[in-house]
Amino acid sequence: MKQSPAKAVRKGAKASGTVDRTSFGFRAKKDLQRNWELYVIIIPVLIYFFLFHYKPMYGALIAFKNYKPAQGFAGSPWVGFDQFIRFFSSPFFGRLVKNTLILSFELLIFGFPAPIILALLINEVHNKPFKKSVQTLTYLPHFISLIVVIGMVTDFSMTSGLFNDIIVFFGGERSPLLQNPALYRTIYILSDIWQEVGWGSIIYLSALSGVDAQLYDAASIDGAGRFQKLLHVTLPGISPTIITMLILRIGHLMSIGYEKTILLYNSAVWDTADIISSYVYRVGLLDQNWSYSTAIGLFNSVINLLLLVIANKLSKKLADTSLW
Amino acid sequence: MKKNNVEEGSRVQLTPGEKVFSVFNYIFLGLIALICLYPMLYVAFASFSNSNRLMSHTGLLMWPVGFSTASYEMVFSNPMIISGYTNTLFVLFFSLIFQLTLTSLGAYFLSRRNVMFRKPIMLLITFTMFFSGGMIPTYLNMKDLHLTGTLWGLIIPFMISTYNMIILRTSFESIPESLIEAARIDGASHLKVLTSVVLPLSKAILAVMVLYYGVGVWNGWFWASAILRERSMYPLQLVLREILLQNSTANMTGGTAIGDAESVAATVKYATIIVATLPILCVYPFLQKYFAAGVMVGAVKE
Repeated sequence: MKQSPAKAVRKGAKASGTVDRTSFGFRAKKDLQRNWELYVIIIPVLIYFFLFHYKPMYGALIAFKNYKPAQGFAGSPWVGFDQFIRFFSSPFFGRLVKNTLILSFELLIFGFPAPIILALLINEVHNKPFKKSVQTLTYLPHFISLIVVIGMVTDFSMTSGLFNDIIVFFGGERSPLLQNPALYRTIYILSDIWQEVGWGSIIYLSALSGVDAQLYDAASIDGAGRFQKLLHVTLPGISPTIITMLILRIGHLMSIGYEKTILLYNSAVWDTADIISSYVYRVGLLDQNWSYSTAIGLFNSVINLLLLVIANKLSKKLADTSLW
Repeated sequence: MKKNNVEEGSRVQLTPGEKVFSVFNYIFLGLIALICLYPMLYVAFASFSNSNRLMSHTGLLMWPVGFSTASYEMVFSNPMIISGYTNTLFVLFFSLIFQLTLTSLGAYFLSRRNVMFRKPIMLLITFTMFFSGGMIPTYLNMKDLHLTGTLWGLIIPFMISTYNMIILRTSFESIPESLIEAARIDGASHLKVLTSVVLPLSKAILAVMVLYYGVGVWNGWFWASAILRERSMYPLQLVLREILLQNSTANMTGGTAIGDAESVAATVKYATIIVATLPILCVYPFLQKYFAAGVMVGAVKE
């Protein structure tokens, strides 16, 4: 829509034979004359992106080398896909991929709907002060640092901790909860939902406030009850938001943050806790296997990008909603 | 306005079933809010408790057991906490200056219409949201640029969050073009338009930016742990990690009166959490109504 006048002019120009004025070089020159100030403004931003985003992407090529800091990037020999093959044939490969996928899927299944449900429930509240208080309090955990959250979880999970007090109250027995591989994911996911459910609901609440009020009026006149309105007005109204968030989520399916894992896990629960990104951290930053860890990270990033592209394509086709 | 009508409309027609739902909804949401708040309350109560009595206490705390401020005296006299605070404030100050400047410049450029290379530049920038070199190349890059072992390594590489820049751009785009045109016709340069027209009209979203960036810096710990060796450079969160997760409270108190330190250790943990978390918890409720403006769905598309 925005481009139509310009296009029309271009077509007109082409028709009258003055192709010159529409050539790339000519337009670029005119644009630079007119907007040079803007391009000067963007230069520092571009320098930042090249230096701190694109340069590391180029640096990721050490995944195909055997990088030794002493030899430098240029001096280290190319080894092709050796580092990747080493990872695929590593005894940890299966466990890491499995743990990453299981944790991701569980986070998706339990963590994704939670803020939507919370937003729908908050939306049904008509008492303004109550609504605002619930929002303020559910946003609170988002602002607590991960160190503190994990600190609290660790403290509460100790044999003498608050969680065990509660378990005993309900007739259970005391145990060090974070030493139990079977409980690790539950603790990870519950604390995750606790921390982000309120914050995650903001986007849906904002979508809910954008649903056309007339639709509700019309539904009421047609005799629709609260539940029917939810089903036929509210949910269709926010479904583009839900789908967009889902695509983004799927695009991050394999990239659960290492930060939480490396704070929460301990060697007793590596069997279920260790994921690809925490392994990259150990092998890379701690053991300084630069090329090998970069290869694992790159493998992970590429899979994520593929997942994102596929999810976006599917949603464009099936739901007519897409990121780009 | 419209919304109110609907609310009243639906309130008139409540069936018994809907009334029951309403009651349960209020109770349920009240419970959720309580669960979100309680861990922090527990920590606050515990921090003001007498440490011996706290250790023998089991179950929920509804109030401090045996009121005491000993833990806070210990926290405020701990040199690591003081240096942690100072380092975090240093990083926060310079980060915010760079972040707000660069993010505004980028967002202003991206919000301008009729700029030929805007789209490819936008693509170049948004691509970084979906793909990155990864942890190790990022670290090696910092090393290469001599940003390890210095607090500047926590500032310079994090000057722009692509996400925040796109939020700010969306907000700049909603400023009436006529205002900007008028200033341009009066002969104002783009930089002048940005500083005297666009930014003054964007105070709310800039406050949200300060909060988002500020929280990121305040709560950040990973890169600090990756690039800093000297404990005297540790920002607050790394000091916290030592106290909370590496259980070195006794060692934190400087080695004096070890026995005493151990008995207070339990409450010192909690007091440290409060001291490190309270500043942010005091700020965010005042900006709450602007959070919806920081929502980005669909903003990448264009």
